[in-house]
Amino acid sequence: MEAVAIRPTSTGAERQTRWARKDLLGLEELSVEEIQLILDTAGSFKEVSTRTIKKVPALRGTTIVNLFFEASTRTRTSFELAAKRLSADVLNISSTTSSVVKGETLRDTLANIEAMKTDMVVIRHSAAGAPHFLAARSRSSIVNAGDGMHEHPTQALLDLFTIREKLGGIAGLHDAIIGDIAHSRVARSNIWGLTKFGAHVTICGPATLIPPDIHKMNVRVAPNIGAALEGADVVYVLRIQRERQESKLLPSLREYVRLFGIDKEKLRAAPSSAIVMHPGPINRNIELASDVADGPNSVILEQVTNGVAVRMAVLYLLAGGEVTDETSD
Amino acid sequence: MRLLIKNGRIVDPGSGRDAHADILVCDTIIEKVGRNLRARPERVIDASGLVVTPGFIDMHVHLREPGYEEKETIRTGSMSGAKGGFTSLMPMANTNPPIDTAGMVEFVLTRAKETAVVKLFPIAAVSKGLAGKELTEAGELKEAGAVALSDDGNPIEDSELMRRALEYAGMFGLPIIVHEEDPDLAGNGSMNEGLNSTTLGLRGIPRAAEEVMVARDLSIAELTRGRVHFAHISTTRAVDLIRQAKQRGLAVTAETAPHYFSLTDDAVKTYNTNAKMKPPLREADDIAAIKEGLKDRTLDVIATDHAPHTVAEKEVEFELAPFGIVGLETALPLVLTHLVEPGVLSLSEAIAKLTVNPARIVGLPLGELREGWPADIAIFDPDAEIVVNASKFASLGRNTPFDGFTLTGRVMYTIVDGTVVVDEGELVRSPDQVR
Repeated sequence: MEAVAIRPTSTGAERQTRWARKDLLGLEELSVEEIQLILDTAGSFKEVSTRTIKKVPALRGTTIVNLFFEASTRTRTSFELAAKRLSADVLNISSTTSSVVKGETLRDTLANIEAMKTDMVVIRHSAAGAPHFLAARSRSSIVNAGDGMHEHPTQALLDLFTIREKLGGIAGLHDAIIGDIAHSRVARSNIWGLTKFGAHVTICGPATLIPPDIHKMNVRVAPNIGAALEGADVVYVLRIQRERQESKLLPSLREYVRLFGIDKEKLRAAPSSAIVMHPGPINRNIELASDVADGPNSVILEQVTNGVAVRMAVLYLLAGGEVTDETSD
Repeated sequence: MRLLIKNGRIVDPGSGRDAHADILVCDTIIEKVGRNLRARPERVIDASGLVVTPGFIDMHVHLREPGYEEKETIRTGSMSGAKGGFTSLMPMANTNPPIDTAGMVEFVLTRAKETAVVKLFPIAAVSKGLAGKELTEAGELKEAGAVALSDDGNPIEDSELMRRALEYAGMFGLPIIVHEEDPDLAGNGSMNEGLNSTTLGLRGIPRAAEEVMVARDLSIAELTRGRVHFAHISTTRAVDLIRQAKQRGLAVTAETAPHYFSLTDDAVKTYNTNAKMKPPLREADDIAAIKEGLKDRTLDVIATDHAPHTVAEKEVEFELAPFGIVGLETALPLVLTHLVEPGVLSLSEAIAKLTVNPARIVGLPLGELREGWPADIAIFDPDAEIVVNASKFASLGRNTPFDGFTLTGRVMYTIVDGTVVVDEGELVRSPDQVR
């Protein structure tokens, strides 16, 4: 394993330089120092993607399995690119091509993958806790790429990275998360990450899509969109699923758009310097109007770019990669 | 055969006795209870330092036979009960096929006679096939030996069916045991709805799912003067509703299970499928309310809702795992550790909820240490520290959230109809022969 020299982007003297966990399951259990280590490492990997030859040999000989039980293009390709830019070997298994359809248990699927001597499993699953189930039973490092409504840690890490890059820090910022909080693993991971760094988080959405006792997660529940956006440095717009209409949670998408869809008009409640974020894929003109998605406040494509760097950092650190400090030699 | 149990602390809530005395068992019957009994017994059990009580009666177990013998059988379930100090079990009707005809009741009783080491009193279904549509033949079920009716596992969704079932079963004095869960409010929930379900990203089952059904059935009980027994009560408001109804003079009864006063939904935080059951583990406030309900007798009975599943069924993603945990072999230690030690209940009050109270609810002449009554007796060490070891359970089920817990109380002897089936803490090896 080759060490990667990074230029520290934080100035804390006690900066953690080594990753100690086998797995990345969620942001809930991570310390600020651990998150900072990932973000700092991602900072140095971001440069790799700008080179003509976008590859470093850091994970040569490492086999990474992308085990996706839920449809995903964006997250899977981002992980795949991250692994390839680190020179790892990548195997993609999706639920349509795996033996899951034959009724194999998750435990057996894992056992069979590990029997082929793989090193890391990136898993997306519709059941909350599925990565934890694997982590408790495997030698391999498990990376949670989204589990049910629970967590999506790499998404929140790339969001934190983007916020830090665009706004210079996270502590003290006002972050408004808008939409279907109840079903959103992105919202949960962001809430954990943002509150750990001392940001003020406000959530807003239809009452049917605000999960019970969420205020105990140290967030404010805004009564309406105007109150949510007022003073917001970050406007984080969640994807709304069309099925919510059938499951008694929403009367219509039309009313959702009217009340919560972020368009230029509603965005006026936020400062003009606010950045607009979205985990993708966007339902244009539903949760997010095109003129905002493509407008000057939007950092949505930068999130995607940063996603590769953050995932490179995660894979690298989990593989035992060391971070050396260039300034110290 | 004469058996003398000497020098034990006899706790017999039915008679109010709580004193050191001896018990003389002659064949299957309690011949005498008193101090310094003189007899020429074939065997003497020295119960010094031990507590001697009526054998425990669990009015809520799932023994899985017929149909799910990989989870549990009548035999293994009865062995598990014996290890826990239980001498009578009332198995629920949700087997496959369900216990909804006299023939099926007879099947359970026959299997019990052939294989069980404790007594079985079957509970038959309220509705044919547990489908919630048509009434079962309660008269014939009672004649065959059913002691109560329940569709447990399922709520009775149809309010009119509930009304008619109470009216009809009332003719035979059969109580109806209700599993209170509004299926629409419970939805696809897999744990208690609250902060933990929010952070874990699991769908929640709100307390209201239990409470609206309790409220409905209290109204229907009032309408019909029917005998409703509420199974596994888990929430503060459900306890309140039942308390108020009892104060109004309604003849309803209720039970809770040991896990509802021992664990909060924090036990689910590691996605532990052995902490998944219905109703789900609630929060600290609910535990306090359950204890209060036990104390003021709103909750008459402690029943285990023993619900064995195989390891393979439980070793899956949390939302895919079946509901239910085993309970027979941890019931007494949990009662002693969480209710008696902290002074929530006196020992006698606690034992009443495991013996005479369930017996009286279903009208069984059991659960008391009366002269001339069957010699069903539990003898336990109230001070012994035990470490729960699921791999050693007599039950086929290993699905307990208490594995590895240190608790107080160890069952030393279980005596069924005068026969020692658990001796010095261990099951007697060939119970077929002894019974």
